[in-house]
Amino acid sequence: MADAIRLTYEISPEDFTRAGEASSDVKNKLKRLGMPPDAIRKVSIAMYEGEINMVIHARGGKITVEITPEQILMVLADQGPGIPDIEQAMQAGWSTAPDEVRSLGFGAGMGLPNMKKYTDEMKIDTVLGVGTTITMVVKI
Amino acid sequence: MTVRDAMNILGARVLVGEEHLDREVSSACGSDMMSDVLAFSKDHSILLTGLCNPQVIRTAEMLDIVCIIFVRGKKPDQTILDMAAERDLVVLETGHRMFSSCGLLYQAGLHGGAI
Repeated sequence: MADAIRLTYEISPEDFTRAGEASSDVKNKLKRLGMPPDAIRKVSIAMYEGEINMVIHARGGKITVEITPEQILMVLADQGPGIPDIEQAMQAGWSTAPDEVRSLGFGAGMGLPNMKKYTDEMKIDTVLGVGTTITMVVKI
Repeated sequence: MTVRDAMNILGARVLVGEEHLDREVSSACGSDMMSDVLAFSKDHSILLTGLCNPQVIRTAEMLDIVCIIFVRGKKPDQTILDMAAERDLVVLETGHRMFSSCGLLYQAGLHGGAI
């Protein structure tokens, strides 16, 4: 792991306009590193959905990305309300997002299912009232 | 077809990316929900939407979409247009509604891709 590249982003809370800046930066860095397009696409979509979720549901948080020649590891940690029922949250179409968020084009209940779909591994650690940490891996 | 062909079919106006009008486009998707676009878009080159906010540009960026078409005469603001220009996207605007826009492009041979 000597050649791992580590990136860290603070995700600003409730600034919907800026949501996605971190994902955009990671995508550009992966392109410059010459990573395979398929892996870049998966990381971009999964991280972007996660970043949007952090802004919508969790007052922002912190994203760490670790890039090695074998895989891209993303850890999205927030101090939001936590997810009461992960199984329910993983169902396509299930959402707790308010109408205001839907009018912005999100909150269709596809965020977590999309993150699962586009990654090789995904783990959700959540504690109600404390926060949620989502760990995702895309293999090269 | 090219972006220019799509533009002509829809009688659309170029807002950004005039220099990229000859790019080839192979399939399209139409939605106002960006989550659905992210879920179901595979190798789409055109995104038709009536949603007008910066996340439309970011969604297009994540999916390597070539051209965004704002339907129903929606006019994105300068911030959105600047974001699109930075990312080398083409932005078009048409007065057609979503259903008609999709129908016209489909009829001309642009399809939605695999389910």
